[in-house]
Amino acid sequence: MINFLILPILVPILTGILLLFLPRHIYLQRWISAISTFGTVMVAASLVQKVYQDGIQTLDVSSWEAPFGITLVSDMLSATLVLTTSIIAFLCILYSCFSIGEARERFYYYPIVQFLVVGVNGAFTTGDIFNLFVFFEVMLMSSYVLLVHGGTKIQLRESIKYILVNVISSALFVITVAYLYSVVGSLNMAHISERISEVEQNGILTVIAILFLIVFGLKGAIFPLYFWLPGSYYAPPTPIMALFGALLTKVGVYSIMRTYSLFFYHDYEYTYGILIFLSLLTIILGVIGAIAYMDLKKIIIYNIIAAIGVILFGFAVMSLDSVAGSVYYIVHDMIIKAALFLIIGIMIKITGTSNLKKMSGLIKRYPGLAWTFFLAAVSLAGIPPLSGFFGKLLIIRGGFTEGFNVGAEIVLFSSLLILFSVMKIFIYGFWGEPRSYPEDEKTPVKSLLIAPVILVIISILMGVGSEAIFPYISLAVETLLNPDIYIDAVLKE
Amino acid sequence: MILQVCTKVCLFIIILFSVHSFFAGHYEPGGGFIGGLMTSGALVLLLIAYDMKTLKNILPIDFKYLIAVGLLFAVGTAAASLFFNVPFLTHAFGDVQIPILGETALHTATLFDLGVYLVVIGVTMTIIQTIGEDE
Repeated sequence: MINFLILPILVPILTGILLLFLPRHIYLQRWISAISTFGTVMVAASLVQKVYQDGIQTLDVSSWEAPFGITLVSDMLSATLVLTTSIIAFLCILYSCFSIGEARERFYYYPIVQFLVVGVNGAFTTGDIFNLFVFFEVMLMSSYVLLVHGGTKIQLRESIKYILVNVISSALFVITVAYLYSVVGSLNMAHISERISEVEQNGILTVIAILFLIVFGLKGAIFPLYFWLPGSYYAPPTPIMALFGALLTKVGVYSIMRTYSLFFYHDYEYTYGILIFLSLLTIILGVIGAIAYMDLKKIIIYNIIAAIGVILFGFAVMSLDSVAGSVYYIVHDMIIKAALFLIIGIMIKITGTSNLKKMSGLIKRYPGLAWTFFLAAVSLAGIPPLSGFFGKLLIIRGGFTEGFNVGAEIVLFSSLLILFSVMKIFIYGFWGEPRSYPEDEKTPVKSLLIAPVILVIISILMGVGSEAIFPYISLAVETLLNPDIYIDAVLKE
Repeated sequence: MILQVCTKVCLFIIILFSVHSFFAGHYEPGGGFIGGLMTSGALVLLLIAYDMKTLKNILPIDFKYLIAVGLLFAVGTAAASLFFNVPFLTHAFGDVQIPILGETALHTATLFDLGVYLVVIGVTMTIIQTIGEDE
């Protein structure tokens, strides 16, 4: 079927529309959204397999040929990210069924989550720069609603900041696309890339490259532009926080990877030099934040920022090893961040606080929760059999062989501090004398734990079976390093 | 009183004009978005001249469902191409014999536009009604 690659976008959008008709039927909403998201996972998995077997999949929407219509492109990178997104969305919905509360479910919670998935999957799949903007907006609109959903005071305050920052960055995105369009005269990404290589990326195109870095850096929270993230991600309830932490920033990172590898690879020294510099500062800042706080949510939130730095550093080094490492790491990081957020959500639910100093001894009553957290934590830090290891190993190896010694050492040293920050949670939260908490009995820990346990199992499998998934990763790397493959697939030359 | 009488006269002219610009969208300026905005403009005039209750008596629909129906039209038109195994959103057109109107040129883009039209009405009216009902 030629329309296969649109199914990960179409299934959630149809589900979202269907759910709009049933705001009052909560059980029906839960079942429908869980089943259909599971369907999305299946579709995305078979899409990955199809891309693996038959090469890059393209679809000229409305039958208009490549540079004139919108083209959707699924290469291995976007297909794997779509699969990861669908898995995380499925598990977050599973978690929401037990935790989000009927008051929120009654007000279109599930349809909006579906629309968020539409935006993220669409942004990963599109091959048109303006269509990317539109899917960004679909994603951001849904995230605005999810952020403010429920209307507590902190959510209202933080969503004002979040919306303000994102409206400005979206306006900048439109301006940047306008500049790019006036220089190259096309919106199709493959066609833009072809035309930029004809003029060899002169001064104005480097300026546009930096403007894109600012735009996507604002969405993806890199060093000087991350300021909105710690506050905004602190506000919403756990499953929403997990969706945001796992998906939204990664779309920004993916867009940087896509535009830089496809458009702006001609002036490596300057554009990539800035990217490397900023990504290292991002790592340093994220790590400092992660060890500074005694608050569960803040620690994990700053870990997101550090991970973004690691991914972008690996990508910007641009060697075979390091790019493979960062593709591997982005998938690992999405999964493990979702797991960590869901686990600390359970801890907060039990203890009624997110302050580490006010909790202790949870391991006595909740050993399953404790060991799931432990596995997720060591996987985040990158202990060998688990999934965090291989990505970082490849990134660091790539860094050393390409002569970015300082950068590779920063990545290496950051792992230590990340391990310290999550072990702090383990030591303060789980060890020590047990205390009694008000919500102790009422929290359905067992059913809440299903989603994070599945995520941790996936992460372990990714680590143990890294040989098996490596062919997929190297296929994604191939397109990133040789834009010609992408261009040929889209323009069919 | 004057406002209400004027509304009675103007309402249908505005709605006719909006329907006209909706159908003219393919060949002339117009289309689903502007048509939908003008229809909801007519409904807002009704709201100003009378009150919320009157509007609900005349149009007993929940506008939130209108959004969903409109989205269904738009996505449904696009997704129908899946059944014919042509790329997503590929439109079809042709001359169709309709009993009363005779031979008419029809295009599935109209159905897509109808979706846009309904969504725009639904969204505008939902915004205005919820703000209006807010105490």
